[in-house]
Formats: sequence, C-alpha cells, structure tokens
Amino acid sequence: MSAIIAMSGVRKTYATGAIAVEALRGVDVRISEGEYVAIIGPSGSGKSTLMHILGCLDVPTEGHYSLAGRDVSDLEEAELAQIRNREIGFVFQQFNLLPDLTALRNVALPLVYAGVAAAERERRARVALERVGLADRADHRPGELSGGQQQRVAVARALVTEPSMILADEPTGNLDSVSSADVLGLFRELHVAGRTIVLITHENEIAAQAGRVLTIRDGEISENGVVEAGVRG
Amino acid sequence: MNWFETLRTAGDAVRSHRLRSLLTMLGIVIGISSVVLTVGLGLGAQDKVRDQIDALGSNLLIVSPGSSTGSGGVRGGFGSSSTLTLADAEALADKAVAPDVARVAPVTSTSASLTAGTTNWTSRLVGTTTTWEQVRARTLASGRFFTAKELASGANVVVLGADTSNELFSRGSPVGQTVTVNGATLTVIGVLDTSGATSDDSSEDDLAVMPITTAQRLSGSTSTSVSTVYVEAKSADTLSAAYQEVNAALLTAHGVTSAEADFSIATQDALLETANSTNKTMTILLAGIAAISLLVGGIGVMNIMLVSVTERVREIGLRKALGATPSAIRRQFLIEASLLGVSGGVIGVAIGVVGAIVLPSMIDQPVSISAPAIAAALGVALGLGVGFGVYPASRAARLTPIDALRSE
Repeated sequence: MSAIIAMSGVRKTYATGAIAVEALRGVDVRISEGEYVAIIGPSGSGKSTLMHILGCLDVPTEGHYSLAGRDVSDLEEAELAQIRNREIGFVFQQFNLLPDLTALRNVALPLVYAGVAAAERERRARVALERVGLADRADHRPGELSGGQQQRVAVARALVTEPSMILADEPTGNLDSVSSADVLGLFRELHVAGRTIVLITHENEIAAQAGRVLTIRDGEISENGVVEAGVRG
Repeated sequence: MNWFETLRTAGDAVRSHRLRSLLTMLGIVIGISSVVLTVGLGLGAQDKVRDQIDALGSNLLIVSPGSSTGSGGVRGGFGSSSTLTLADAEALADKAVAPDVARVAPVTSTSASLTAGTTNWTSRLVGTTTTWEQVRARTLASGRFFTAKELASGANVVVLGADTSNELFSRGSPVGQTVTVNGATLTVIGVLDTSGATSDDSSEDDLAVMPITTAQRLSGSTSTSVSTVYVEAKSADTLSAAYQEVNAALLTAHGVTSAEADFSIATQDALLETANSTNKTMTILLAGIAAISLLVGGIGVMNIMLVSVTERVREIGLRKALGATPSAIRRQFLIEASLLGVSGGVIGVAIGVVGAIVLPSMIDQPVSISAPAIAAALGVALGLGVGFGVYPASRAARLTPIDALRSE
C-alpha cells in the first residue's frame, strides 16, 4: 500500500521571546492508505503540534511532509486551505459545529469552500449523514442533538469531501462512555470500509482501537508496533 | 465560495444577532434619514422660491431705482425721490430704443387702508399701466382689467387681488361694488386669480391694482417716479439682448456712465440665485451634520464588526480548518458589514421618505423626495459598510486557524 502520509525529519520550533521551544525534534512518520493509526502522548509531548502539522494547520520549521503525494511543507496559507479542504477530514474534541446551521448545512460546509453547487452539496451531505446514521436529524440544529449525535454529525462533515485522511483530535474527549463507544465504533466501521484514520488521544483504551500506535514523547516519536506494549506515563 | 453563498452566510449572521444588528444599523439609519430629509428640505425650499419667482411672469427684467455697486451693495437714489420715472418706462417701450422688449409695466407701490362698507383692510396699492396684466402673467377671476382710456383719464377704478377681495367682500361678487381709499371712492371692475405662487404669505394676492394716474392722484403726489419697472423680453432667447438695450437706454436717459448707474436690473435667474444662496448654505450646513452622524454610524459598524470577529474566533478557525481561504473569510466579514450598511441605508431612506411626506403638514415647509439623493444615500451606506468593514474583515482573515481553534 502506498504512503498517504510521509514525514521525514520534521522539526517545529516556537520562538517565544528569547527562548526557542522545540516542540518536534525530527519526526519521521509513514502512514499507508487504509491504515487506522493512533498517536498517543501526554500533554506537552508535542502531540498537538504534530496534529497541527499533520492537518496542514501549520507548517514545519524544518523537514518534509508529503500528503497524498504532494509536498506541503512550505505552502502558502491559501494553498494549505485547499489541501485541508480536499485531503483532510477533521473531527475535533469540541465538535465545532456552527450552532445556527442545521446538521445538513454543517455537513455541507466543506463543500461550500470546495465550490460544489448547492444541489450536489445537499445530496452529498445527505449521503454522509446517512452513513453516520443520522439521516433523520438532517434539519436539526446542533443544540437539538446529543453530544454523541453532534460528534456523528462532525464525522459526517469530515467524510463529505471524501478526504485522503480523517484526522480526529481527542474525538471522545467530551463524550460519555456510551457515546464514546458509539463514535469509536463508527471509526472502526469506516476503517473496515477502507478509510485512512489518524486518531490523536492521550488514553490507552482509545488508542487500543487502532491498528497501529505511535507514541510521542518530548517531541520524538517511537513506534510501539503492538498496542499491548502500552505507554509509559 | 461564491458570492451568493457568502451573502447567505452574512445574512444568517446578521439575522442570528437581530437586536445587535439593528443597534449597529441605527447610526446609519439616523444618518441616512437625516441626509434624505435635509436634502429634501433644501430642495423643497428652492422649489418654493422658484415658484414664487416664476409667478412674477416670464422673461422678466426687473428694473429698480438705486444701483448695485461693485461690492454687491445697493446705492439709494438721491433724496426721497426715486431715480426711476414714468418717462424711463415710456422710453423703454419705444421699439426703436429697445427692439427686444415686448412690454413695459411701470409700477408704483404704496400701502393704504381700503374700506368697503364697514370693513377695513390695509393692502398694497399698485399703480401701473394696462400692460401689467400681461407682463406679470396675471389672469382675472372675474370682471376686467382697466383700459387705456381709464389710464389716460385717471378713472376711479380698481382691480383687487384674490385675498384682498375675500377680506373686503366676504359675500357676493365684488365687481361693481365700491371701495374707499384716502377719501376717494373707487369702483371694483375686476378680481385677479391667485398668483400661482406656492407661498402662503405672498403679497401677490393681497393688492389693489389701479391706473398709475389714479394712484398718483390718490397719494397727492406730483412726482412721476415709480418704484419698479417690469420689462418683458420678447422671448427667453432675447432676454440678454433686452437687458443690454434697457441698460443702455436708461444710462443714456439719465446721462450717466455705467459706473454711476442709478438703477439696477435684475433677471429672474439673478433673483433665484440670490434667494437660493442662503438656502444652499443652510442645506450644506445641515447635510454636513448629517454626514458627521453617518461617519459615527460607520464607526459603530466597525466597532461591532471587531467585537463580532473576536467573538467568532472559533467559527473563523473552524471555517479555515474546513478549507476557507483567508480571502473567503475576508469576503464573508466584508459582505456582512456591507449588509449592515445597506440595510441601515434602506431603513434610513424609508424613514426619510416617510418624514418627507409627513413633515410638510407639520412644519409648513415643502420637502422634496429626490431620487438622486436617495440613490446617493444608499451608495454612501454601502460605502460606509465596505469602508468600515475592511479592517475587521482583514483581522478575521489574518487569524491563524490554530489560534482560532484553540480559543476555548
């Protein structure tokens, strides 16, 4: 299988005043198409920075990052926005749905920025909502949905552009255990259907869902290979 | 993201904060409605003045004694006698002297008390010649104007203005009845139509017109001086030629150079200009105040848009994460600000138009509704929205998605 994500020697340094903080110190990651990968690490490990670079929300200070065959290491903001739109489906801890829009319009939002026509947007958004089992909630606003349902809507939004990878940042962080299991079940289904999923978490039990676990600590990554090896700290 | 989608998004944002949007628009609403009203008032006043001046007649030159000096002042005639006489008027009527002059009407004007039965009314006595009716473009409601014969003989006849007639003869037709002025009894031979001027206090409808010979006899004066000579040019095209001829003829008749001229000639345009210059100053002043309130309104829009950007950092972050380019975000906020501006403008124009319809009945001043002013006001409202939206919009566009998403 070809590598969807190929990072080599990625460094990220934040300059705060006189002190330079090195959040990533030469990270190499390869993720193949259809893989379900968890990235686990305690807070302050560089986990968020890695997620931002993986998600093209930020660019590395040094090193190369190629996503779906394209080097995205030093693109302009407008080009990165396009890459995010086409290649990445985000799922956030806070769901980040727009409260004034219906579930359907929330799901269709990335298609608006992709320049898809209205009728086609609605059709694809309905398909995505159906995929997460919320076709009957299309006209509800986020406030009228449970947390688990909101996160399902967010997953539908991540799916709607048919991205190369779904990037989930602590997707169960705000959910009770039943909803968490529900959402993780959905990810598993998507993985079985051939989706590439990158899940960022600090919980071992969540990471255990993935086929491969990468541990990040002090800005460096190590491969556990098998989940059973566990994570220290 | 196309423009229609952006407009829809902006519309949703404006609607979801209804009260705030309304308060934001308020400054622009007030500014635009006051611009529409002040411009309307100014134009209304100008129309009123023009109506009054048009009602004097058409293609008129108004010759008055005394002169306009270079600095714009007016030098009076010597002593109490006017420098303009009946002879001057007769000279101007001479086709050889002034070929472009159609008619000439000399006028004397004094104030006097008229009595009809037990009713007293103080009015303006106008002594003139038979040409007055045509020169001043007046028509008669009833009866007739005096004849050349009556003029020559100084007959005791009078033609009353519409208001004067109503005051003296509240019942029945005044024609054939008599009025007493300074001990002389005059027969009313006609009543004038109203002058057509929109003015409510126009003295053009409160006068008593009689042969100039009769007027001189009543005042007991032997002077042949007149207070005004109305000169009608043959057409609008020959008005300036007539002006030159009248000027030359009077200079020659008085034996003075143009620097020493003891008379002044005004055209209707000149009168209009003088009357309007005061109006214009007031209109500019008021419009200036309205413009300042518009500026304040625009700053209000900017203020709220900045607050809105800060408040919606997460939304901006999310939109960016989902693929909104900086320019898409900039456009979204710019359109939102413009929408506030235009909505404020539309409401302001509506209030201004309603005010222009309602106000005249309350303040007794005509207010015109001017389409160009409304179009300009809407343009300004849009411009304000765009102008004051630029800074908040670029602030939003510059936010990095990480910072925006992180804010919790």
